[in-house]
Amino acid sequence: MTATLTRVDVAPAASVKRRRRAPGWLAVLPLLAFVAVAFGVPALAMLNGAFTVKDQATGATSYTTANLTDSLQGAYFTALIGSVKLSAVSALLATVLGLLLAQAVVTSRFRALREAVLTASGVLANFGGVPLAFAFVATLGNSGVLTRHLGLTDKGWSLYSFWGLVIVYLYFLIPLMVLTITPALDGLRSQWREAARNNGATNVQYWQHVGLPVLLPSLLGGFVLLFGSAFAAYATAAAMVGSSVPLVTLQIADAISGNVLVGQENVALALSLDMVLIAGLVMAVYLPLQRRSARWLA
Amino acid sequence: MARLNLWRWAVLAFAGVYFLVPLAASVIFTVDVPGEGITFDAYGEIVGADGFLPGLVLSLELGAATIAVVLLLMVPAMVALRLGAPRLRPIVEVICSLPLVVPPIAFVAGISTVLKWGPEHLSRTPLFQTFVAIQNPDFPVVLVLAYVVMALPFVHRALDAGLRAIDVRTLVEAARSCGASPVQALVTAVLPNLRGALLNASFLTLALVLGEFTVAQILGYQPFAVWIYSVGGSQAQLSVAVSVLSLLVTWALLLALAGLGGRSRTAPRG
Repeated sequence: MTATLTRVDVAPAASVKRRRRAPGWLAVLPLLAFVAVAFGVPALAMLNGAFTVKDQATGATSYTTANLTDSLQGAYFTALIGSVKLSAVSALLATVLGLLLAQAVVTSRFRALREAVLTASGVLANFGGVPLAFAFVATLGNSGVLTRHLGLTDKGWSLYSFWGLVIVYLYFLIPLMVLTITPALDGLRSQWREAARNNGATNVQYWQHVGLPVLLPSLLGGFVLLFGSAFAAYATAAAMVGSSVPLVTLQIADAISGNVLVGQENVALALSLDMVLIAGLVMAVYLPLQRRSARWLA
Repeated sequence: MARLNLWRWAVLAFAGVYFLVPLAASVIFTVDVPGEGITFDAYGEIVGADGFLPGLVLSLELGAATIAVVLLLMVPAMVALRLGAPRLRPIVEVICSLPLVVPPIAFVAGISTVLKWGPEHLSRTPLFQTFVAIQNPDFPVVLVLAYVVMALPFVHRALDAGLRAIDVRTLVEAARSCGASPVQALVTAVLPNLRGALLNASFLTLALVLGEFTVAQILGYQPFAVWIYSVGGSQAQLSVAVSVLSLLVTWALLLALAGLGGRSRTAPRG
């Protein structure tokens, strides 16, 4: 009895440390278990399904790369390329326009303008999906307000096209870019501009040799983030264009639900795997860029 | 300098037109019906519309359940990681970023494959009942599972920012030396200091669940966003009116969040 008491008295630090370390693992365990079941199992099912085919007659399954080959051919490949092109074009436009807007706001004398634009960006960056599609259908769709009043249909305008989708995607991509790039623009110190000017640099030279090189990691990182966001978008396109623009997300949805052809579920899984690989590539580019840009903003 | 200002106002004017015109046009679209003149019927019809209330209630229930589960999983884990187990920290960070690499449509393709195992392989095992239960149309637990996974990146970021701002170790040690149990220390000492981060995480999760369309539609459930989609074909005015309202509600939620966040950030210092 005395022995245990003295041991507790002598070594409280060690016992506290031991007590602390055990709950560390225990508290994280439910999270890990949950992710393994809710995320790991579907992910493995997707991976497994992408590499298997089921013989309709015998019901036997065999491993193959036929699904992946199929997913990179014909209509599926067109859709994959369509998605990449749409995401790249909208992300590029949103990067340029977002940078201009953010720069206009950051260098403004009016503090209220800056707060208003940043708050609005936070809201609009989350305004995707079905409501966004319907707002644009009401504006620029076949019977939309602007289409009717300006007679746009006669001028060959259609919202249900590649460029129509670009215009809609910009609505949430530009605010996302403003949110991403504003901290980087804030990090451009006015001393750098003054130093460049004192050394006789013009405005263009300042941007060419100081501004853009410092901003480049943030800009590229922002572009990649926007690309991934546009690439994964499904709801907006589904509610707006149906299948008149070939997109990989729409193809996957059709193939899962067996809308077009029966028995294409595993090709849908292969297409999903293609998407994951592209999105993974995007993240692999984004993370190092983000770390690099963080160095300048510290 | 004058040239610079001109350039700035051109950019701002362009942005103003681009971002405000669709909103204004949507409102005009709902109240100025061709052949009927100005009418506010579309907004009056919303509450009585078929499927509106069940869809909204389902979305709110899913939102509440998702917030509860994701916070119960994440808060103890993140606090524990702050206190110790530094080697686990990067693992949890990677795990919480994984959903960003898997687009929702790819994720739901995997989920629907797993759900098909139920009738195909497991019909004689007790697991089959679980599969049936999580797909209950009155309250599809499978959607909560999916939404929790999709919310992990946002919740991780929000909680991480909140925990960075406070000294968790000192708080817990102070509570513990006053005789609090680990759970008491968490609830009475750490959580009140995390109020802003918890609210932030909850609002982001709620916004995610209310707007989520992909997973619910593919799995065949009809929460709010899927309901808007389904009325879009037949009742254009109604669907646009609901879209406008849902934007206003999101706006109000996020402004409330900004207000609350601002106050909770200054409160401890005052």
